[in-house]
Amino acid sequence: ASRVMVASRNYADFASEATFEIKKCDLHRLEEGPGTTTVMTREEGLHYYKKMQTIRRMELKSDQLYKQKIIRGFCHLYDGQEACCVGLEVAIKPTDHVITAYRVHGFTYIRGVPIREILAELTGRKGGCAKGKGGSMHMYTKNFYGGNGIVGAQVPLGAGIALACKYFNKNEVCLTLYGDGAANQGQIFETFNMAALWKLPCVFICENNRYGMGTSVERAAASTDYYKRGDFIPGLRVDGMDVLCVREATKFATEYCRSGKGPIVMELQTYRYHGHSMSDPGISYRTREEIQEVRSKSDPITLLKDRMVNSNLASIEELKEIDVAVRKEIEEAAQFATTDPEPPVEDLGNHIFFNEPPFEVRGPNQWIRYKSVS
Amino acid sequence: QVTVRDALNQALDEEMERDERVFLLGEEVAQYDGAYKISRGLWKKYGDKRVMDTPISEMGFAGIAVGAAMVWLRPVCEFMTFNFSMQAIDQVINSAAKTCYMSAGAISVPVVFRGPNGAAAGVGAQHSQCFAAWYGHCPGLKVLSPWSSEDCKGLLKASIRDDNPVVMLENELLYGVPFEMSEQAQSKDFIVPIGKAKIEREGTHVTLVSHSRPVGHCMEAAAVLAKEGVECEVESFSFFFQVINLRTIRPMDIEAVEASVVKTNHLVTVEGGWPQFGVGAEICARIMEGSAFNYLDAPAVRVTGADVPMPYAKILEDNCIPQVKDIIFAVKKVLNI
Repeated sequence: ASRVMVASRNYADFASEATFEIKKCDLHRLEEGPGTTTVMTREEGLHYYKKMQTIRRMELKSDQLYKQKIIRGFCHLYDGQEACCVGLEVAIKPTDHVITAYRVHGFTYIRGVPIREILAELTGRKGGCAKGKGGSMHMYTKNFYGGNGIVGAQVPLGAGIALACKYFNKNEVCLTLYGDGAANQGQIFETFNMAALWKLPCVFICENNRYGMGTSVERAAASTDYYKRGDFIPGLRVDGMDVLCVREATKFATEYCRSGKGPIVMELQTYRYHGHSMSDPGISYRTREEIQEVRSKSDPITLLKDRMVNSNLASIEELKEIDVAVRKEIEEAAQFATTDPEPPVEDLGNHIFFNEPPFEVRGPNQWIRYKSVS
Repeated sequence: QVTVRDALNQALDEEMERDERVFLLGEEVAQYDGAYKISRGLWKKYGDKRVMDTPISEMGFAGIAVGAAMVWLRPVCEFMTFNFSMQAIDQVINSAAKTCYMSAGAISVPVVFRGPNGAAAGVGAQHSQCFAAWYGHCPGLKVLSPWSSEDCKGLLKASIRDDNPVVMLENELLYGVPFEMSEQAQSKDFIVPIGKAKIEREGTHVTLVSHSRPVGHCMEAAAVLAKEGVECEVESFSFFFQVINLRTIRPMDIEAVEASVVKTNHLVTVEGGWPQFGVGAEICARIMEGSAFNYLDAPAVRVTGADVPMPYAKILEDNCIPQVKDIIFAVKKVLNI
């Protein structure tokens, strides 16, 4: 039997870790911020690469399924922003909490939901992570609270979760995410006030991808320094296309919160390749050139790949193998998502309440009744 | 005899003592002892962690209450009046009521929103709206509208123990009213089941269905008419009404109303809110759809608040709220006498 050489180099040839320079964060009301260099091990690099690539391919597959009309309704894609959710997740503990808005597929995956369950939720099948009841914007798992469709409403919710952490002295924090569009919502400022007043362990994170739907930040905000908008709350502005920068900034921010100093604001400067949602081609309010420029100069996955290859942490072939494995995983998940049956119609009435004896729910007319089971 | 205020206070105290996850937040609930003194003494007893004064930020603190409930706390969120809940209604409906359903049961939201609802006395249009119909419209919420001290204590305790979002619509004018409380009602485990109406007065001629303060008006009307009936006994005609106190708007105990209508053949609904799309409208629609329709001897009649924003001058305000005389008039109309 012949041994197939899968990689052309022995793994012992690779470095086990390397030091990288990361952009300095702009600071607001902070004496010092995260460092400008950090160490990444080979294992970490491969992990981050695989996770980001998985999210990228999952979103592209969702795009495809949407165009085939297998996914319907709202579908807000995250490709381009992968470094944000991956960088955040690797800097926190599984027992920490995360809540975000509607551009949620990446977070759902990184918080532990399998790809097949995410895609099946998008295609509205019973194997979906919310059994087909929620859809693209309403995905949840342990310590992950969605998945929220009303812009900005998730921010007070996140502070409430932080309140609960503090109530029981759990040493847990809540990452509460919102976009540049949501950053102008009044309830966010109400939340800043209460979080600072009560020193809630809440990390407010603005994912600034430069556009609300089609309204650029300059046209929506009198001040686009989102990391300063917390006013009396310290803040930092982070390069959201660099997974290491996000990681270090998140470690810094969560450390700040855990020490009992109160909330902190992080602005992640990032970019989405797709339009706001699948019904937006994304080119009426920005140029193709701009999108192309970000892709060629700042793509988070390419950035990581180049770093790893140039520092001898991995070979191109090895990363290509990961790409192949990821594609396969996504294909299998898509297969599941397109063949799993839809939820039974009887499920329509279920889950209205929690821990409640069964009762009846009215259908479109008085003779159609559904049973509601928790 | 216990006032509604004291009954609510007892309920909060008992539930906070029983379960350390229960906490109270809202404007002036702590050091002011509550804008209407419902939370009197609780801050002194339980401290800052369990009784929290909030800034004037309804949308913010209602959302914070919902977020805390999604994890492992059991917040009681007070709206100084439900008029201000409109600022926060998105959090009540979209974040609280719908989450269990959207997550297919993965996330529960055991939050209680409570506060005074409906008209008070001379507080003007912006402070007098009844929200029973608005909140009662939404699946995923339980909506309560108690009347007596027993109702208030038992239902508040039940809502705090319920694992789902509950909107408890109290009434400012009832806070100072004393009611008899049975021995049983004074126990620490006294609960009034959510979703069950109560027959406050037995009768045979008309069913009067109501919730919150108007239940009291119905009882008065029934007493007045019974007296008249006694006078009319010469014509061998006396009036006996069944007064049903709905107690819960959602889920509504329509079976209790149907059973009563089958007995009395006449229905009058009484509420403080506006007529269009109101609680009475829903009761009438459901009676029409059910078996009780065949037992009606006359169309059902609604007595409601006047269809105008609430005016200030006393004579105007008095004519915008269903009074005892309006109920009596409606009863006589439906009985055709």
